[in-house]
Amino acid sequence: MTIAPPPPSAAERLKFYSVWIVAVAALVILPKIFSSGGSLTTFSLIGISIIFSLSYNILLGQTGMLSFGHAVYYGLGGFLAVHAINIIAKHKYAIPLPVVPLIGGIAGLVFAMLLGWVSTRRSGTAFAMISLGVAELVASSALILRSFFGGEAGISANRTKVLRLFDWSFGPQIQIYYLVAAWTLIAVIAMYALTRTPLGRMCNAVRDNPERVQFVGYDPHVIRYIAFCFSGFFAGIAGALAAINFEIANSAYLGAAQSGTVLFSTYIGGAGFFIGPIVGAIFVTALSLSLSDLTQVWQLYFGLIFIAVVMFAPGGITGLLMMHRPLIKAGTLTRVLPSYLIAFVPTLAMIVGLILTIEITVYHTVNPGDDPHIKAFGIPFDASNHGVWAIAAVLLVGGFLIARKSWALVAARWDDALTEARAKGVAA
Amino acid sequence: MLELIVISTLNGILFGMLLFLMASGLTVIFSMLGVLNFAHASFYMLGAFFGFQISKWVGFWPALIVAPLLAGGLGALVERYGLRRVHKYGHVPELLFTFGLAFAIQEIVQIIWGKSPVDFRVPAILDFPAFTVFSTNYPAFKIFMLAVSIVIFVGLLIVLKRTRIGLIVQAALTHPHMVGHLGHNVGRIFMLVFGVGTALAAVAGVIAGPALVTQSDMAGLLGPILFVVVVVGGLGSLPGAFIASLLIGLVQTFAVSMNGSLAGAFGPLGPDLASTWLSDIWNVTIAQIAPIMPYLMLVLILIFRPMGLLGTRET
Repeated sequence: MTIAPPPPSAAERLKFYSVWIVAVAALVILPKIFSSGGSLTTFSLIGISIIFSLSYNILLGQTGMLSFGHAVYYGLGGFLAVHAINIIAKHKYAIPLPVVPLIGGIAGLVFAMLLGWVSTRRSGTAFAMISLGVAELVASSALILRSFFGGEAGISANRTKVLRLFDWSFGPQIQIYYLVAAWTLIAVIAMYALTRTPLGRMCNAVRDNPERVQFVGYDPHVIRYIAFCFSGFFAGIAGALAAINFEIANSAYLGAAQSGTVLFSTYIGGAGFFIGPIVGAIFVTALSLSLSDLTQVWQLYFGLIFIAVVMFAPGGITGLLMMHRPLIKAGTLTRVLPSYLIAFVPTLAMIVGLILTIEITVYHTVNPGDDPHIKAFGIPFDASNHGVWAIAAVLLVGGFLIARKSWALVAARWDDALTEARAKGVAA
Repeated sequence: MLELIVISTLNGILFGMLLFLMASGLTVIFSMLGVLNFAHASFYMLGAFFGFQISKWVGFWPALIVAPLLAGGLGALVERYGLRRVHKYGHVPELLFTFGLAFAIQEIVQIIWGKSPVDFRVPAILDFPAFTVFSTNYPAFKIFMLAVSIVIFVGLLIVLKRTRIGLIVQAALTHPHMVGHLGHNVGRIFMLVFGVGTALAAVAGVIAGPALVTQSDMAGLLGPILFVVVVVGGLGSLPGAFIASLLIGLVQTFAVSMNGSLAGAFGPLGPDLASTWLSDIWNVTIAQIAPIMPYLMLVLILIFRPMGLLGTRET
């Protein structure tokens, strides 16, 4: 006998819906506060990245499938959207632009249905390698099938040429922002709802214990396949929005770099929580846009951040924050905070030392002929000065040695605080 | 035609043996540690670049020894201080760790050696045609590559089948916990195996570097093919990896040298496709689709034999 949980109280419902209402309000108000073209583009890219990362998390976080080729469905959605815009404009069909992302989504769904059945036969490491192989297959084919994928240059479209509704031309970025925002909201709600369905629960079961799922009478392969199809659908929507935003689709949409980026943002944000990929998408998109202005080798920093997250915070940013919930509930957070401050100083010193070392190396290997007075992260310094080298070495090595001690302190304090929280009856 | 077959067979076996040099390490690491080392091709690339740098300083022959040792040492360090830390979180973070590592290694190589190919030359002593088949000169360096990979292959076989270490490694492939219970230091064996596996990949890098192009994208180009090899052969199966390496080496080499297309074969019957995008499929030559051959094989294998050629184990 199972007992149904009691229906949520009015207060719980209010709390639940207020989250979404606040999200809608924030999306409407954001462009009023930051109205420059650059920030609108950034917001649009973040929105697209949120849909894409959440669709990826249907695989990674909810069904436990690590895919190295998710960009295939994103890219195919983008290409189909561009072709759709061109066809609609040519034949003057009565289809407005806001519907086009749906076409991209259906394209993603169809290709996920085609390729997914084979890919999802295996799980775990084999699935990861298969997704990589399928991605390479599609990406290489895109360069061979020139008339559909447009070769290296890609296919472009003019988004203003389709049917207009309410006199919205979708020329200005602000209108694209609202289009992306609306689709982001729809997609986020749909994907959240998906996690609450029996299917969503079975996905979690397949992730945690596929053998038991079989005993209960489900086929893990079928569940993985359905999850894969949903994931492809939302990835297609994201790809179509990206294609509308840039008015072009090229082979980079399908490539390994795009698949890597979505993996980075999902994992750095935290695959274990629904909100994780949203946090990750905002963080990674903002970081990649700002880092590329600050330093030449931003991709290296990116890789290092990812490795650091995998090694030290496997729950991602959200996981780190959520760890503190029992402490806040029990009121023992104040015990940990001072040790954070103590650890922060040497850790920061170590990171600064590492950045200095990297930037000096970059100066001497990539552009040795230039002026040695270089600027990294907005801070000017002299890369040929031996004093700076010494400072870098001292910060790096000294910082590491002291930081290691301080991390041990943090861990000890953390254990104390958690034990006390448990003693107070707060579940960890 | 005969000439083409002979040359392509030689090249195909050579490419296959190179693939196996890497796939063997990858397979053994996978079987023992349960982690597919995504950065394996990066160690191949590191081998090539270390080989280039050392042969610039002291010559090719010391480089052939030192570069793999260096790369293998790095590999052992990665296992000891990276993978072992991540191990407690499970297999997905382990795979992601090696993925991040591959990404970082590529960036670091680009920073140090640049994005364009480096001038890694065949050593002068091996820079002559070994023999002439029909009208084609076959370079001696390629024979040397073949010899090195066969020597290592035989060496590996002897170590695995005839020595105590090989016995322990073989036991640890299937029963790592039992090996631990018997008092062997499994951690050290893992580190050793990871180091040797990455060193083998680096050997492949040093000998392939002068013959192919030594460039910062070589890991990205070869890596996916390598993973196809281990999946097609059956994850965790050494003989399977050997067969799959040779198969993919031969298929790809033969495909490159063929010029046929659907239009060429069925030209007179051809429907008028010139205006539609199907014309791409109709006109593409086998040589053009050579790069996607391994992936097509992967999909076919998955449809007809999902566990791989000689694989038995579900992961």
